[in-house]
Amino acid sequence: MDTFNAIIQVLDSTIRLSVPLLLACLAGLYSERAGIFDIGLEGKMLVGAFAGASAAAVFHSALIGLGMAILISVAFALVHGFASITHRGNQIVSGVAINFIAAGSTIILGQAWFQQGGRTPALQPGERFEAINWPGADAMRDVPIIGPIYDELISGHSILVYFAFAMVPITWWVLFRTRFGLRLRAVGENPAAVDTAGISVAWLRYRALICTGILTGVAGAYLSMVQNGGFVKDMTAGKGYIALAALIFAKWKPVNAMFACLLFGFLDAAAIRLQGSPLPIIGKVPVQFMQALPYVLTVILLAGFIGKAIPPRAGGVPYVKER
Amino acid sequence: MAQAAIELIGINKSFGAVRANRDINLQVARGTIHGIVGENGAGKSTLMSILYGFYQADSGEIHVGGKPASIHTSNDAIALGIGMVHQHFMLVDNFTVLENIILGAETDALLKSSIAKARSELDRLEREYGLEVDPDAVIEELPVGLQQRVEILKALYRGAEILILDEPTGVLTPAEADHLFRILKQLKEQGKTIVLITHKLREIMAITDTVSVMRQGTMVATRVTKETTVGELAELMVGRRVLLRVEKGESEAGAIKLSVKNLTVKDSRGVTMVDNVSFDVRGGEIVGIAGVAGNGQSELLEAISGIRHAVSGEVTLDGKPIDLTGKADPGELRDRGLAHVPEDRHHVGLVLAFEENENSILGYHDDERYLKGPFLNVDAIMADAKEKIEKYDIRPGNPRLRTANFSGGNQQKIVLAREMEQDPGVLIVGQPTRGVDVGAIEFIHKRLIAMRDQGKAVLVVSVELDEIRSLSDRILVMFAGRVVGERGPDATEGELGLLMAGVEHQEAAQ
Repeated sequence: MDTFNAIIQVLDSTIRLSVPLLLACLAGLYSERAGIFDIGLEGKMLVGAFAGASAAAVFHSALIGLGMAILISVAFALVHGFASITHRGNQIVSGVAINFIAAGSTIILGQAWFQQGGRTPALQPGERFEAINWPGADAMRDVPIIGPIYDELISGHSILVYFAFAMVPITWWVLFRTRFGLRLRAVGENPAAVDTAGISVAWLRYRALICTGILTGVAGAYLSMVQNGGFVKDMTAGKGYIALAALIFAKWKPVNAMFACLLFGFLDAAAIRLQGSPLPIIGKVPVQFMQALPYVLTVILLAGFIGKAIPPRAGGVPYVKER
Repeated sequence: MAQAAIELIGINKSFGAVRANRDINLQVARGTIHGIVGENGAGKSTLMSILYGFYQADSGEIHVGGKPASIHTSNDAIALGIGMVHQHFMLVDNFTVLENIILGAETDALLKSSIAKARSELDRLEREYGLEVDPDAVIEELPVGLQQRVEILKALYRGAEILILDEPTGVLTPAEADHLFRILKQLKEQGKTIVLITHKLREIMAITDTVSVMRQGTMVATRVTKETTVGELAELMVGRRVLLRVEKGESEAGAIKLSVKNLTVKDSRGVTMVDNVSFDVRGGEIVGIAGVAGNGQSELLEAISGIRHAVSGEVTLDGKPIDLTGKADPGELRDRGLAHVPEDRHHVGLVLAFEENENSILGYHDDERYLKGPFLNVDAIMADAKEKIEKYDIRPGNPRLRTANFSGGNQQKIVLAREMEQDPGVLIVGQPTRGVDVGAIEFIHKRLIAMRDQGKAVLVVSVELDEIRSLSDRILVMFAGRVVGERGPDATEGELGLLMAGVEHQEAAQ
């Protein structure tokens, strides 16, 4: 039973840890499917986290915090669009610039506003998104097997967790069952076909980036208002890049993206859980090794162990009407 | 004359200093096929892009169906019943046929009803015009001919009454092109108006009712097709008389310069593409290799020029053996006087992002003439490039211009100038005039014959039978990797055609 409980706990933290990855991964999916590489997921998450925690602390409202996180993150997404769609700049350079601006400005503004060494004030209850307990979770707790699964895994998460997982089928539906999705996929494959069909390539790509901004904003809010009780500098800690890796691993498909992010989340959770405790056969493993696992996996996966990943064909190329 | 479906009045369009269209007037009658011919860069595509709303004219009027029309975007053109089949298909390769057809013409925000409507509409179009295609097939898995059919269906689905086709046969096999022409005739019978842009005069004669000729941005003439000739059209296109068949004297074949014995080449899949081929090329003669594309000519060229390793065979250059099974590299062959003009100039012959002068010495850049110590001698390279531009009439004559900005014919001239000016003993040329317009074809043919008359050995591979017949002193026909026959320059087209189809070969084998 102890083993069972341990497994449930690892899975529970797997879910919690994979949420920011999943949101960022789906965010990247919208922009990359539209042909805009977005290496700035990391930066947009970070400014989202900062704006969310700041606004929540100042206005004493989790919802205002979330709204602010989304707003600022979308604004950054539009900057990326302005550089790479309107001015046809290099998408990688623009994305990297956004990451740098995000890392620097959050620390400077945080210090200027709150004087807590780049942190935002610790959020009080009501300023954070609380866990939602599903009906009957308490009553079910003692039922063997099903009880803990219902109580720990399904019930007891914040609304943003459910939002993240709901976005998987929604994204699939948007991409493959709506006009917007059809056009979005088309513009990432062959923008000239979209242009000659009488649709504005630029406006379509801007809309895709707005979707990206919304999702990275939610991802940031989750980090600073759910997982943590406030903003800490560089709290995204490379999650935006892992999300990009997961996106490639998932071959730019929403459901695959969920499983990829759960896998990365699981490795993270396992690393935390196994810290210090000896593994069967292998014995005690240094903590650093476990912590490096997700990154090692990223390298291995991207080095071609996932079969052929064909990115959207027009990805990274600014659209210019040819003469 | 029937009512005009399209009328263009005084259209002008400039790109910077280049006047792509000057004061163009054009009338196309309803229910006819109208051809527009002109050399590359004459402004045909620009004019049609203006009609389709891809570009805006600087001045001028467009009338569609007798009424003045303002076309600012492709949407306006589509609404007026104008459809376009682009030279490079505007299809999303990993979408299905249906998805491509509805893109931009969806009925509402969800796809379900659009797809249902498109499916039944496709069914109707298929019955009416015989345009069969599997609606659920993915584009990239369809052959080019069918992809083009999807483009046509796309236009018809949007209610096009006027169909513009930009160089539609450039990517098609002859059989596919014939099929396309049957479809176009059928569309015409149903009352559609068709504008066909091409530089292939044979197609114009075969299918159009009327034809307009463009030259350097102006419309120089409009003719009823039945009342004109290929010769007249060619002359109008180029602005002077064109020799459709180059005049040349008897060849004075000298010593054997290039000798190939029992050469066998396999492709990357391990399939034998060149099978035990032997021939000689003497100084002062042009040997042409004819054949339907894909019968081993490309691999033969690649092996002789050292790009692809041969499996076996003995090859001598000026009597000295070269090992093509592994040791020879193109640079070494070049040093020994073998120059090569590759079939695919974009991928093999040129670096399109380089300036013209860089490409004009590429591969010979280690030559002392172009070096100053360990550095490139820029002055010498520029002087050399200018000389070649002058001699080969490369336009625009600016050696600093990016190579990608030259037209296909001029790019080919850059490669030819580079290889010919090295004064090689043996010149190997693949598809000398592919994608090159009439004026440049004549020029290139003349240069090749001049090489021959200087006593060089010239080997030409071309899928254009006319070209082979007009250039060669001896014609070798390749079929399924073998040389199946040798003929003189007076061989008839029919005789060579049979050899190319492998008919005689099969009979001999039986």
